[in-house]
Amino acid sequence: MTQLPTHTDKKLGLVIDLDICVGCHACVVACKGWNDQGYGAPLSDQDPYGGDPSGTFLNRVHSFEITPENGPAQVVHFPKSCLHCEDAPCVTVCPTGASYKRTDDGIVLVNEDACIGCGLCAWACPYGAREMDQAAGIMKKCTLCVDRIYNENLPEIDREPACVRTCPTGARAFGDLADPDSAVSRSVAERGGFDLMPELGTKPVNQYLPPHPKDLDGDVDVLAPLLDIQPEAKGILGWLDKLLGKL
Amino acid sequence: MHPAPSVIIFTVLSGIGFGLMTFLGLGAIAPTGWGAFGYFFLAYALAVGGLLASALHLGNPKNALLAFSQWQTSWLSREAWLSVLALIVMGLFALGAVFFGAHVRFLGWIGAALSIATVLATSMIYTQLKTVPRWNQWTTPLLFLAFSLSGGAMLAGLPRLAALLLLATGGLLVLHWRQGDTRFGASGSTMESATGLGRIGKVRLLEPPHTGKNYLLKEMVYVVGRKHALRLRWIALVLAAMLPALNLLLFPAGLGALVVAVLAHLTGAFAARWLFFAEAEHVVGLYYGKR
Repeated sequence: MTQLPTHTDKKLGLVIDLDICVGCHACVVACKGWNDQGYGAPLSDQDPYGGDPSGTFLNRVHSFEITPENGPAQVVHFPKSCLHCEDAPCVTVCPTGASYKRTDDGIVLVNEDACIGCGLCAWACPYGAREMDQAAGIMKKCTLCVDRIYNENLPEIDREPACVRTCPTGARAFGDLADPDSAVSRSVAERGGFDLMPELGTKPVNQYLPPHPKDLDGDVDVLAPLLDIQPEAKGILGWLDKLLGKL
Repeated sequence: MHPAPSVIIFTVLSGIGFGLMTFLGLGAIAPTGWGAFGYFFLAYALAVGGLLASALHLGNPKNALLAFSQWQTSWLSREAWLSVLALIVMGLFALGAVFFGAHVRFLGWIGAALSIATVLATSMIYTQLKTVPRWNQWTTPLLFLAFSLSGGAMLAGLPRLAALLLLATGGLLVLHWRQGDTRFGASGSTMESATGLGRIGKVRLLEPPHTGKNYLLKEMVYVVGRKHALRLRWIALVLAAMLPALNLLLFPAGLGALVVAVLAHLTGAFAARWLFFAEAEHVVGLYYGKR
C-alpha cells in the first residue's frame, strides 16, 4: 500500500551524533555485512576487485568541511542512510505497492517480491537512501535491521540495527522518536537535533545532532603558556636579542 | 538525471502516438476502411512501441502487472491505467472506423480525453518530483502535451493546426528552459540545508563516501554532455519546432514538406527530451558536492 499511514504508533529511527562520529566507516561495513546475508536480495558488488569497483550500500559516510565566517574550519563525518520519513515521497510514487511504511513502527520497507525495479522511488528520495541493486534489479534500502530489532533468536544486546551495534564511538543511537521520554528523543531535545533538507517537507524520523562549534578564540594556541613569545624582550634578553640581530 | 534511451524513446514516441489518437478521436480527420487502418496502425505502433520500450528500463519486469495496483497515489500507476483504457476505447472506435465506416462520436471523445490524460500522467511522473527542481514546474505537463499534440497533428495531416501547435511547443520549450534554469536556486536546497550544517558555516565536500562510482551518481548526478547544452537547445528548438512550423506554413499542401517536417520534428524532439533528462539536476548531488 503506497498510501502513507496518517499515524504510526512508534517512530523507530536513528539519531546520529555528528559531534562524535570519527568517520571510521565501521557502520558501512556492518550494514553491508548484515544485509548481505539476511533479509532479501544480497547487496551485490560490480567489479569488486577490478579497476572500477562499485556496489550497493544502504549506508554511506560522507565527510564535509565547514568553514565558519570567523574561526577555523572543521571536518564533520556524516553517515547517511534511510531517514524513514513520515511523509515519505518514495512510498507514494511506487506503482506496485512494493514500497510501504509500516503503521506500527513507521519503518519504510520494500517488498522485493512486488518491486519492478522502475527506480522512481530512488528519484523521489532527496537523500539518496535507495539504491537499485545492479545484479537483482530490485530496489534496496535500509530496513532499520527489521530482522534484528525484533529477532528473539539474538541476544537482547544485539537487537538493534547493525550500524548502531557496531559503532565504536556511540555516534549512532536507535530508539522510538515518537516517545518523548526515550533516550533518543531526550538527546534530540537537549542537543537541538535537526532534519535534513526540511524544505522538502519529508519530515524525516532520523535526526542529526549538531557538532559543537570550535572555540572562536582561534589565535590563542593551547601551548601558549609554554612558549615565551614576547613582542619586545627587555633587560638582558633584550640586549641579547639586539646583539644576535646585529651578527 | 541519466538520459536512459528507453525512457526517451518511450516518452517521445508514445506522446506522438497518443497525440495522433487524440485527433482521430476528436474527428479532426475521419478516415474509414484501409485509410483508417493506416492511421490507427501508426498511432498504435507509436503508442504501444513506446510503452514496450519503457519496460526495457525496468530492473524486474516480471512484476509489471502489479503496476496497475497503486493508482490512488502513483502517477506511474495512473499512467498504466490511462494508457490501457485509451488503447481499449480507441481500439473500439477504430473497429467502427475500419470495418463499418462508422465514427462513434462519444467513443472518440472519451478516447481522445484518455489519450490526453495519458500524456499528462506521463508528464506528472516527472513534474511531481520535488527532488528535481527543473521538472517540478507547471510548464512540464504543458510541454509534454504540446509535443504530443503537435506531433499528432502532423501525422494526422493537419498542417495549419500543426504549425500553430509547433510554435506553441517552441515557446514552451524556451519557457521551460528559462524557468528551469532558476528552479534549483529557487528550491532552497543547498549543501547547507542537505547536511544541516549551514548553521556553522559554508559546507564543502571533503571526501565522498567511496572513491568509485555508485548507482546514485550514475542515475541522478549525470553530468556528461551538459557542456553542449546550449548548442543542443538551439538544435532542439530549430528542428523540433521552428523548421517544421515554417515548412508547414509555407507548403501546407506538400506531402514532401510534411515528411521533412515530421523527420525534423522527431530529431528535434529526441534532442529536447535528451536535454530534459541530462540538464535536470537532482538534489542528492548536493551530498556529493555536485549538481
